Amino acid sequence: MKVLDRRKMIWVNGVLLALLALSIVGCALLGPVRLDLSQAVQNIFSANPDAEIFFRARLPRVLLGVAIGGGMAACGVVLQALLGNPLACPQMLGVSGGASLGGILGLIFFPHWLPPIAGGLLGEISWVPFAAFLGALLSMMLVYRFSLFHGRLHPYHLLLCGVIFNSFIAAIIMFLNSIVDFYQAQGLLFWLMGSLSSRAYLTVAFIWAYVIFGFLWLWSKGLSLNLITLGEEAAMQLGVETGALQRQVFVASSLMIGAMVSVSGMIGFIGLMIPHVMRLITGSDHRLLLPASFLAGGIFLCWADTLARILLAPAELPVGIITAFFGGPFFLFLLYREGRRKLAL
Amino acid sequence: MNPAIQTRNLSFAYKDRAVLHAVSLSVKSGEMAGVLGPNGSGKTTLLKILSAVLRGQGEVELNGKNVATYGRRELSRLFAVVQQEARVNFPYTAAEIVLMGRATYHSPLALEGKKDLEIARASMDLTDSLSLWNRYLHELSGGEKQRVMIARALAQEPAILLLDEPSAFLDLKHQVQVFELLRRLNRERGLTIVAALHDLNLAALFFPRLIMLRDGKIYRDGSPSEVLTENTIEEVYGIRVRIEQDPASGKPQLFICPAL
Repeated sequence: MKVLDRRKMIWVNGVLLALLALSIVGCALLGPVRLDLSQAVQNIFSANPDAEIFFRARLPRVLLGVAIGGGMAACGVVLQALLGNPLACPQMLGVSGGASLGGILGLIFFPHWLPPIAGGLLGEISWVPFAAFLGALLSMMLVYRFSLFHGRLHPYHLLLCGVIFNSFIAAIIMFLNSIVDFYQAQGLLFWLMGSLSSRAYLTVAFIWAYVIFGFLWLWSKGLSLNLITLGEEAAMQLGVETGALQRQVFVASSLMIGAMVSVSGMIGFIGLMIPHVMRLITGSDHRLLLPASFLAGGIFLCWADTLARILLAPAELPVGIITAFFGGPFFLFLLYREGRRKLAL
Repeated sequence: MNPAIQTRNLSFAYKDRAVLHAVSLSVKSGEMAGVLGPNGSGKTTLLKILSAVLRGQGEVELNGKNVATYGRRELSRLFAVVQQEARVNFPYTAAEIVLMGRATYHSPLALEGKKDLEIARASMDLTDSLSLWNRYLHELSGGEKQRVMIARALAQEPAILLLDEPSAFLDLKHQVQVFELLRRLNRERGLTIVAALHDLNLAALFFPRLIMLRDGKIYRDGSPSEVLTENTIEEVYGIRVRIEQDPASGKPQLFICPAL
């Protein structure tokens, strides 16, 4: 019987979790400087260059990559379900563009971290993720509203709206970039390019908190997400308060996207690719698809970022290049296949 | 006992286009009623209001309680709806689709339990679709798909079944199968059935009560021989027909008289 049961849940998630753990350790060991795991974990507290590189330089970056890869994949899953469109993802819906704009406005107008009271310990916590969250939420609602015709969501309109919205946002960002002073422009560009370059553990923990919170929230809606893939009306008739579900999914995924974009800029295609691959493996039941995609997205970005670090070492590629390199052709393949099956588009 | 469905002066308009005018309708528990009428006469809208997907002006009562006082979850245990055609953009198996009918009974955080699986299997057995359990919905034929969708509706264990032109995309054999199934469910399980129908002959054969809509109003409401007369058809559909009694069933059947 091909129905989701507890055994399948445990097996799939268990295997992925084990792979993720291996990937985290493995990726943190790989790099221009070869590390030896036993060396690194032996004298952690004495001066030990291996441990220094492993724990200070690489591990936080790898952990950040896992959170962002997982978060992007999870957001892709839920947006696809909600919009009934297998081609939806944060980039294509203009959401990450909105998040970038929000973040940039945050950088320009509230460049300072939290007021000094919280200063010392929470030094790394800034308004930028919050501004990016607002940007993501607003753009998601805008694009959604403009794609509704007579109460029905047209997939074609939705993608078109998202793409146009993204270009529009890009223009605004360029405009902002040209009116701020040189010093600020440098900061904006650096932020926009985005990368997973080394971060303090505190930042990493902060992003993980956003992502995990959003993910658990979405996961708790797994069953309703299954139902809403049948369409809004059918979901209502099966007992889902669809309006509330939409609002919650928009808020939860905007929280995640805002936080992710605020540290890593736009890393594309994960939200499109991973859910598709995982659907082939786990089936479409969101109670399993969602955690499985989260774990797989984490694994994927973990390795993509490692590739970005070592391909041209000691120089570094932006990780977005690696994900786009896989993602672009994959999207074309999907479009071709979906077109032939006369599905959503 | 309160009627299963009761509407009083129900009206509805999409923006400036009125679709239903003062529809007052009562369906008793255990009744089997077919809603007829040409395209745009308000059949689908009426069903959508009854299932609380749309809200009209006027009163709608289910089992004597105003529909607005029900939560969606509560409603989905009372009502199940079968739509014209199921569109699913994601690969789900027939079993997964039928189990979705159980979502209203178990915790949103839980997986389906043994009882849910049993009920899903029994509903699929009843609609002759159990052999499709592991098949993907998008691979099924129209008839198979519709049987799976009816199985899902039954898995909700509803008291009332609403169907919107359930046989619209089916060939003759599958149309008859669906109607026979509905009649069996009505007789054996006492399921209240309200269906929008477009095939007048099949409606006359299988549904003891017919409700004819015209421009959003109830034009006739009664037994097939009361509703399907040469005059009503000409009035409502604007075509000339001859109606004769089928000697086997005693029901009226239509013969179309094209202009020569």
